[in-house]
Amino acid sequence: MQKHWWKVLSVLLIAYSIIAGFLGDVPARDILNESIRNLYFHVSMWFAMITMMTISLVYSIKYLAGYKRPFDNRANLFAEMGLVFSFLGIVTGALWAKFTWGAFWTNDPKLNGTAITILIYLAYFILRGSMDDQDKKARIAAVYNIFAFVLMIVFIGILPRITDSLHPGNGGNPGFNQYDMDSSMRQVFYPAVLGWILFGVWVAGIRYRINTSKERIETWKNDILNQLH
Amino acid sequence: MFAAIFGAMLKEIVALIKKDALLEFRQRYAFFSILLYVVATVYISYLIFISINDARVWNALFWIILVFASINTAGKSFSNESENRFWYYYQIASPQALILAKVIYNTLLIWAISLITYLVYSWFIGNPVQSQWQFLLVLLLGSASFSGILTVVSAIAVRTNNNATLMSILSIPLLLPVVIIVVRASLGAMFGLDFEQNLVYLGALLALNTLVIILGFLLFPYLWRE
Repeated sequence: MQKHWWKVLSVLLIAYSIIAGFLGDVPARDILNESIRNLYFHVSMWFAMITMMTISLVYSIKYLAGYKRPFDNRANLFAEMGLVFSFLGIVTGALWAKFTWGAFWTNDPKLNGTAITILIYLAYFILRGSMDDQDKKARIAAVYNIFAFVLMIVFIGILPRITDSLHPGNGGNPGFNQYDMDSSMRQVFYPAVLGWILFGVWVAGIRYRINTSKERIETWKNDILNQLH
Repeated sequence: MFAAIFGAMLKEIVALIKKDALLEFRQRYAFFSILLYVVATVYISYLIFISINDARVWNALFWIILVFASINTAGKSFSNESENRFWYYYQIASPQALILAKVIYNTLLIWAISLITYLVYSWFIGNPVQSQWQFLLVLLLGSASFSGILTVVSAIAVRTNNNATLMSILSIPLLLPVVIIVVRASLGAMFGLDFEQNLVYLGALLALNTLVIILGFLLFPYLWRE
């Protein structure tokens, strides 16, 4: 039970962020109005996504350092989790944009950054699928993961600074302090981010156990078949 | 000590570039096929558009043609090498020298292709660029950035079974930062804006290119051995 406290914490934090996110007080801002509550759900998706991608990057580096298969498996699963969060972020953002900007999609550096991130990671999964040899697949995918992650950070971290954007918190600086947040919102926002990150790690862990169990069942099956023949 | 290692590497790089240039010269059809690809694409664009009055459309079309020509050029940089020849390289060169040589060679090749594309494109579709030297500067820096990214991706794609398709799906998302910077900078050159306004974009291109070369330098050793 001691190992599971953070899973309970994750559920509690998410539940708290949903309840406090809808019922709590928010500062009245022009244009944003009540839609500012979306920050709790939309922006925390991006924080969770970047964290998942970073964990995936770390596992890719670890894989290249020692060629241990479990690291590659985890890198793959965390990239998948990151992609899930990016889709959730796109949906929550698009719904918000429809009511605030009047369109689901606009030509904005942040939106382009998301689209690129999704394309890059979809290409990562296609790259993995295109090779049969497990060790070669792991090695090449790790190299691509590292290369793509760095370029993605350039794209979503640096490019918005030299171009303009409609996005809240922008106007030359995508920095997080520029958000129209006050301390009462931070009390909900940070727990939401932490909750979703823990939730992502949890799901990736479960998927890892499912994957390794499947592989083990395959090898057992093959062993039994070999003995029968 | 450091100078000696660097000198030896420089020698390897020069030798590898010479080797690539010689192979290219012996198999001229590869270079001319890219050239013909560019000319045919420009001509079909000309037949579709006849003349382009909008500077943004002119710019967009030019860069689309150049992106695909670059992907085709750099995509062959490793697939031309047979497996057996790689065994030979393992004996004589370091992986770092090999990737740097390939990046430099591809840069030269893409520079040639992009200058010719620019000429042919201006010939058929017209040239509304107000500041030629700025545009050429953006063209050269942008092509160098294309070459860095595409060479690394080509080294990845050549290891897979489905080289040609993977080359484009892996590289197009990665090229987008460069494309966005380059399109803005070249629009500045087209409207003849002050050079200082473009300086931030050119600086960003240079920084990006350096980053890509460092990454290739670090990652290529993991790619090249079976």
